[in-house]
Amino acid sequence: MSSTLHYNPALLRNRLNALATVVAGAFAAIAVLPLVLVLAHVLVQGGRLLSLRLFTELPPAPGLEGGGIGNAMLGTLIVTLLSSAIAIPVGVGGGIYLAEYSRSGWFAQFVRFGTDVLAGVPSIIAGVFVYGIVVATRIFMGQSYSALAGAIALAVLMLPTVIKTTDEGLQLVPQELRWGAYGVGASRFVTISRIVLPAAFTPIATGVVLAIARAAGETAPLIFTALFSAFWPDGVLNPIATMSVLIFNFAIMPYPAQNELAWAASFVLLVMILAANLLARWLSHITRG
Amino acid sequence: MQFLDSGLAANARNHHPMPGAPLPVPPAEAADAYTLRRRPPAERLTDLAFQQLTLGLASVVAILLLGILLTVFAGAREAIASFGLRFLTTSAWDPVNNEYGAFTAIYGTLVTAMLSLLLAVPLGVGTAVFITEDFIPAPLREAIGLMVELLAAIPSVVLGLWAIFVMEPTIRPLLLLLHRLMGWSPFFASEPQGPGMAPAILILVVMILPIITAISRDALRQVPLDLRQAAYGVGTTRWGAILQIILPAAISAIIGGVMLALGRAMGETMAVTMIIGNALNFNLSLLAPGNTIASMLANQFGEADGLQVSALMYAALILMLLTFSVNVLARWVVRRLSLVY
Repeated sequence: MSSTLHYNPALLRNRLNALATVVAGAFAAIAVLPLVLVLAHVLVQGGRLLSLRLFTELPPAPGLEGGGIGNAMLGTLIVTLLSSAIAIPVGVGGGIYLAEYSRSGWFAQFVRFGTDVLAGVPSIIAGVFVYGIVVATRIFMGQSYSALAGAIALAVLMLPTVIKTTDEGLQLVPQELRWGAYGVGASRFVTISRIVLPAAFTPIATGVVLAIARAAGETAPLIFTALFSAFWPDGVLNPIATMSVLIFNFAIMPYPAQNELAWAASFVLLVMILAANLLARWLSHITRG
Repeated sequence: MQFLDSGLAANARNHHPMPGAPLPVPPAEAADAYTLRRRPPAERLTDLAFQQLTLGLASVVAILLLGILLTVFAGAREAIASFGLRFLTTSAWDPVNNEYGAFTAIYGTLVTAMLSLLLAVPLGVGTAVFITEDFIPAPLREAIGLMVELLAAIPSVVLGLWAIFVMEPTIRPLLLLLHRLMGWSPFFASEPQGPGMAPAILILVVMILPIITAISRDALRQVPLDLRQAAYGVGTTRWGAILQIILPAAISAIIGGVMLALGRAMGETMAVTMIIGNALNFNLSLLAPGNTIASMLANQFGEADGLQVSALMYAALILMLLTFSVNVLARWVVRRLSLVY
């Protein structure tokens, strides 16, 4: 009799089993490989160029050496802050409506569906939209390309993340907290602003940090809204340099000095974004613990 | 609030509940504190204003969606009027003679998205299985999961930079080999000379892999333990259980995730723009430079005018409709195919 309860590695099914395990392990290794390669390359190639000059100087004219990416760093900071200032109030407010006022009404369902659709809209389309509605119409004091236009395009991309995390974060707040607040005579507004929002702070903050990190790295919505500038930022109604557009522009230039700056900008951007992501993970860990 | 505080204090002082004893009659001033308070009009106004404000903010999403659709459609009207459906099937892109057709870009969008999916699905689902089953110690699984999540955080433009200077030169000998061996087929007929569809497909794989892995991993974790135990109980091998029980149980969410990744791959712009070569003429070969709708927009939108802007808007409209239908289909699949245990 060949049937026995002992494990027999020579059986076909056990051989196939081992083979499948090896294949899955190889897939996991391949999935991790790009991160390791990209990180290693950016950290080595970009870290080499790290110096004070990088942060304080303007990029050089094509063909010249040296220079820095100071204007692009400042520009990324300005555009990201502007877009956060638009997207966070709108997103948190919309999320409050969904979770607190209309949890399952048809309008809430529609807005949730719309949020999902908006999250799936390609980032370049956000750029096309803002180009059509802000840049081409010159509605901001006759200015076409501007930092503000870029910030609006980024805000369109941040909005779904902020709404979704606010909505989900608020729904996790136990109903007893609200009842408690109503029980001691608090109004709805006071309940939401003093009790429910603070209780949901960490999930909302996590979503906001992730949205900001994503916005800081976005390029497609900026290339024909915020455009680029070789100079220091000059108000929010003029074109502005950002790190992501700088990387795009300088990567495809045939000058080594510009290519180097693209690597340096990648280094700075990547460190910022990975730090933000780890911060978001840490935030979500302290709520769970 | 002050009323209530005094009321509670009065309660503590006067009201000692003793079983059987008659309740003490509260003194007059305490009874006064218990009367219900009407909300002052200012408070009610704040409540109403806040509700209306959040309603307005929630409507921003709907307004934005409508605005995006209308803006793109309005911009595309001129091109729709002059080219009609011919736009989808012709591949001329000629700003001099104002003759536009998006076939090259549509072909590029669909082919790069589909082929990247073909490579990324086994990799992503395989990785997800590997880090949800206990093949390796839990901390190691967590680490792999974290690394895949961080891969999703790398900006597209940085991946594009890496693709131009590192990945493409590294894989070119492999593509050359592919050309030598498979050159008889029209899909590998041209000699790889740098940017092209094949490197674009590979960088897309890197970009959508984290989505597929993350969603598959969540779906696999949701499969009830009973199903696994029952499978092992009837004597199947581990992979028998994975392939015949666990994966089928999670398949709806996995397919949903794959479709989300497809939508992402079709709309992905920067990395693809930087590595695909942005060729305007049609070429069937995957080793030749190509174009996608998104990369065409990124390249030409800033410098276009007149009918070309309209043609680009038309292309953007097509891209929107493509990603929209894929995303809606993804939702439908998740809802429709979910197994109920």
